[in-house]
Amino acid sequence: MKFSIQINEGPYQHQSSDTAYQFTKAALEAGHEIFRVFFYHDAVNVATRLAIPPQDDRNITKLWQELAEQHKLDLVVCIAAAQRRGLLDEAEAKRQGKDANNIATGFRISGLGQLIEAGIQADRLIVFGD
Amino acid sequence: MSMLHLVNKSPFEKNSLKVAISCALNKSAILMIEDGVYGAVSDAKHSDMVKTAMNKSDFYVLKEDTQARGIDESKIIDGIQLVDYAGFVELSTKYDKIQSWV
Repeated sequence: MKFSIQINEGPYQHQSSDTAYQFTKAALEAGHEIFRVFFYHDAVNVATRLAIPPQDDRNITKLWQELAEQHKLDLVVCIAAAQRRGLLDEAEAKRQGKDANNIATGFRISGLGQLIEAGIQADRLIVFGD
Repeated sequence: MSMLHLVNKSPFEKNSLKVAISCALNKSAILMIEDGVYGAVSDAKHSDMVKTAMNKSDFYVLKEDTQARGIDESKIIDGIQLVDYAGFVELSTKYDKIQSWV
């Protein structure tokens, strides 16, 4: 079966990015396909490569990156949510005249159309967070 | 159409469990995750509401989230089934739609 995942909450204020990660991992282990993972609202903070969580804490960005690399996952960050929170890729940093970008490898910035498509293409869209 | 209702809020914090129960149709299921697992605790003020709703819907609770909150299996209302993440995935395939309550 084909799943799409939507995450709405930030990694240090809500459990949703962890629950979504565990669900995605279990779905892949069961042989299901993950069509897309869409990071919305504060969940875009998962996609920064500049966060340095304590060493004894789970590194949620790294966990998603590793899973994405292993299973060729499409990790999409909402562009409007990302820009509000200062999360930029190289092209956006240039376009907005900013001096740096901070998106982690394995994530890409795109629009809400990607979420709609994820809902259409997948058999199930599951929303994590509030 | 069958639906899986996800409840991630404690009934002590919000009324999402109550709302999910009131919206759940026959043949639907309610899965409690994250702080929602407090809804599965027996002898609490909401336990009777859950027990009554169990006549209509199947109830599940995510085992990892009960363990993370120190809720022993013996404290969970009889008839609520514990599932792990693999079980969560399986439930998601079994029901046509998944509704996350907030």
